[in-house]
Amino acid sequence: MRIIVLMKEVPDTYGERKLNLETGLAERGASEAVLDEIGERALELALTQAASLEDAEITVVSMAPETATATLRKALAMGADKLVHIADENLVGADLGLTAEVLAAAIRRTGFDLVIAGNLSTDGYGGVLPAMIAELLGVPYASALTTVDISADRVSGTREADGGVMTVAAPLPAVISITERFPAGRFPNFKGIMAAKKKPVETLTAADLEIDPEGLETPRSIMLAVSERPARSAGTKIVDEGDAGEKLAEFLIQNRLA
Amino acid sequence: MTTFPEDSILVLLETTPSGGLAKSAAGLLGAASQVGTPIALVVSASGAASNATQNAAALGAKQVLTAEPEGADARLAVPTVDALAAAADLVRPDAVLISNSIDGRDVAGRFAARTRSALAIDAVGVSRDEEGIVAHHSVYGGAYNVDCAPTFGAPVITVREGSIDVRAEAASPEGAPLDVPPSGAPAASIESFEEQAVVSTRPELRGAAKVVAGGRGLTSQEQFALVDQLADVLGAAVGASRAAVDAGWVPNSYQVGQTGISVSPQLYVALGVSGAIQHRAGMQTAKTIVAINKDPDAPIFEIADFGVVGDLFDVVPQLIASLSARKE
Ligand SMILES: Cc1cc2nc3c(=O)[nH]c(=O)nc-3n(C[C@H](O)[C@H](O)[C@H](O)COP(=O)(O)OP(=O)(O)OC[C@H]3O[C@@H](n4cnc5c(N)ncnc54)[C@H](O)[C@@H]3O)c2cc1C
Ligand SMILES: Cc1cc2nc3c(=O)[nH]c(=O)nc-3n(C[C@H](O)[C@H](O)[C@H](O)COP(=O)(O)OP(=O)(O)OC[C@H]3O[C@@H](n4cnc5c(N)ncnc54)[C@H](O)[C@@H]3O)c2cc1C
Repeated sequence: MRIIVLMKEVPDTYGERKLNLETGLAERGASEAVLDEIGERALELALTQAASLEDAEITVVSMAPETATATLRKALAMGADKLVHIADENLVGADLGLTAEVLAAAIRRTGFDLVIAGNLSTDGYGGVLPAMIAELLGVPYASALTTVDISADRVSGTREADGGVMTVAAPLPAVISITERFPAGRFPNFKGIMAAKKKPVETLTAADLEIDPEGLETPRSIMLAVSERPARSAGTKIVDEGDAGEKLAEFLIQNRLA
Repeated sequence: MTTFPEDSILVLLETTPSGGLAKSAAGLLGAASQVGTPIALVVSASGAASNATQNAAALGAKQVLTAEPEGADARLAVPTVDALAAAADLVRPDAVLISNSIDGRDVAGRFAARTRSALAIDAVGVSRDEEGIVAHHSVYGGAYNVDCAPTFGAPVITVREGSIDVRAEAASPEGAPLDVPPSGAPAASIESFEEQAVVSTRPELRGAAKVVAGGRGLTSQEQFALVDQLADVLGAAVGASRAAVDAGWVPNSYQVGQTGISVSPQLYVALGVSGAIQHRAGMQTAKTIVAINKDPDAPIFEIADFGVVGDLFDVVPQLIASLSARKE
């Protein structure tokens, strides 16, 4: 079974995340780049279930700047078999539509039975790419799964729906996305790190995928304006001396909040 | 055949399992009314939506298209996307507005990919300039405001639930059934659905005016009841940090933060929440923030308007008693 895991490099959310006020692009230098946590969970799911699947091959597909190779190698060290890295200067600042076209083309080129994505990335938090990719590939999409069961020709799971919980299923090939209720990714061990050095890494450009990032026939989403909100500052801080509950009640009532 | 105004905004309204319109409807139609003429589309399984035309008109939809595509309750997203595509063909709108819910994002993603439309996600407002419809976003936890527009064509915009206060004037009900040719696109099938029981009369977290949130500091599911008690005295919704959700004390839908729900209430009370950057991303645009935490260096204090350094198990019961006493 050919499993593709979609992983993204994102600015570490524990650091301060910045947008460039001129270009509106995420400022890559502002904080350390890491593998998106939700992507690691997706890979962990693939690695866990691969054990019980016949001939499972796990390929990580990522569209990211050239500098991301080091970050992406961690996925190989965790246990993925192969990396397909789409890196192209012309894709900097790609909107959702272009990103979906690129990833769908790379997935098709690689060949797939199951695509596993995160439900929501940590930086763009669009939460729509997997749906777009499924539409472009012409396959079913089961979104926001909290449990997943993969068999030779079918994927099923529990979906955290609006207003309830559903069980869903789809024949393969299919796209699924998982939520952060899945366990965190494993830490690569020494053996994994050494093995990663020998694993295949394919680097592609938009042209390799026959996509023209500058094509004018498709509408793109563009930023018109970006502004920074003034940071919030701290107000009153009291230490409880046995009457903080009373004081807080007072504050809430004075401010008509209670 | 009906004609639609030049400045039509097509609004996809979701229905609840019991057949009414989802809460997001009022905000979506309100937003649409600010930039054009709201035209609603209600998609449901055969006979499942009740009074959709009247209900949508009461919230400002000038015309209401109702569609009952095959498999609407048995297949994920695709039947709704097919209906939306048919509606967009008919209406030729200046923009399509969809709720930024889980289902809404699935539909928006597929529809945008199918029609090659520009997509704007999680908008907190819309406006119109000479070129068309502009979406306003609040990103990185409200640290930045970003305006987006398509290079050309009608954008598909998902709107954050609870972010739009404007309400459209009621319109007279005018509805028409919509014929939906199936696309044949493969979809995942829904094998079962269990509606989440509405457990309380508390306000819903999304769009709530007041929120009381609990974190790991509550230490157990039993103790988390203290959060509920304070919420009830204040008439607030209940939220939680990811740590509290991960511990299983509250359902996933309670999570506030970057990967949970973003709230902008008048009052946000954080109990035993450290204020990790990912949590702050979902609540730091609240008007007034109150925090109770025993660690004087907890980052939540950096953004709190009123911070109490103390044990929440002492402070909160006293606060509840004090508020209850004053109410009498
Ligand atoms: C603050 C901000 C706001 C933005 N708003 C918009 C907008 O309104 N409209 C718009 O068109 N674009 C927008 N963008 C650009 C958009 O985020 C990018 O196109 C991005 O590459 C994909 O979207 P996402 O991260 O939101 O994906 P999501 O849909 O949230 O990602 C879900 C999953 O898809 C997979 N995935 C996502 N990106 C990649 C990748 N590069 N490589 C491999 N797998 C991936 C991962 O598995 C991920 O978990 C925005 C970007 C930022 C930083
Ligand atoms: C990609 C990513 C996405 C994330 N998304 C989210 C998200 O959406 N929402 C979210 O909340 N988190 C999110 N997190 C997790 C986040 O980083 C924190 O781990 C989490 O918010 C911590 O929850 P907490 O504040 O309840 O727990 P802790 O950080 O453990 O804080 C508990 C606090 O309670 C205080 N306390 C303990 N006992 C008492 C007492 N008796 N009285 C008073 N105070 C007490 C402690 O001093 C401490 O400050 C995300 C993380 C990542 C990496």
